[in-house]
Amino acid sequence: MPRLSVFFVRAALIYLLLAFTFGGLLLVNKGIMISARIWALLPLHMEFAFVGWMFQLAMGVAFWILPRFSSSPTPRGNEDWSWAAFILVNIGIAFIVLQVLLEEQWLFLAGRGIELLGLFAFAIGNWKRVKPFGA
Amino acid sequence: MPLLVRWYIKAALIYLVLGLCVGILLALPGASQTSGLFPTYLHILTFGWLTQLIFGVAIWMFPKYSRERPRGYDWLGWATFIFLNLGLILRVIFEALSLSAPSPLTAGGLIASALFQWLAGVAFVINTWKRVKEK
Repeated sequence: MPRLSVFFVRAALIYLLLAFTFGGLLLVNKGIMISARIWALLPLHMEFAFVGWMFQLAMGVAFWILPRFSSSPTPRGNEDWSWAAFILVNIGIAFIVLQVLLEEQWLFLAGRGIELLGLFAFAIGNWKRVKPFGA
Repeated sequence: MPLLVRWYIKAALIYLVLGLCVGILLALPGASQTSGLFPTYLHILTFGWLTQLIFGVAIWMFPKYSRERPRGYDWLGWATFIFLNLGLILRVIFEALSLSAPSPLTAGGLIASALFQWLAGVAFVINTWKRVKEK
């Protein structure tokens, strides 16, 4: 597994734990109302579960197993794009967390925009790897 | 494909079908009485189907833990499977019951569900972390 995939997948596992922990608290709060403030964790539960866990796991595994350029010194193409994706997606998640904490709407838009740039970077960096065997 | 992985993937397929059935139920005319089941529906699909499928394929295909124990600790893999499914089944039952007749029993069921689902995540991460490594 390449180093970037290790970063992506381990980050995904950390977000999986966070998503499960927040989700567990929300479900407990549904059973016995501990505090209405716990419902404020719902956007973070969803962000960690979808973007933090599933998106990053998918990108990490894709970067690992998509076809490589066997005769190239850079078999996975220009990796800078995918590293940029990893950094941007995680900065985007941090912005979403800040939005929930500070309740500043522009942070949500900025976070989603940064995540979108990250996904674009990943698509650009790996587009040509989606190819027939031997091509 | 190892026995444990087959259980994960077949269970995931069952949740996919179940999730789509609940989706139809929610879309029926006069579904306002069942609209409280939307979180259950989401979790059947994202947790029972997607996450369970990911867990199964990861246990199957991630780099080997060691030559002696290629998939880490098998008992942890089975514990994850049992916790995940027990937690989700409890959620399906008691989230539905709590809509019509909330009681200490439904509260206890939801808390137990939260605990089992959280334990599934923790067990999976413990067993997978060291398998996410560079070649």
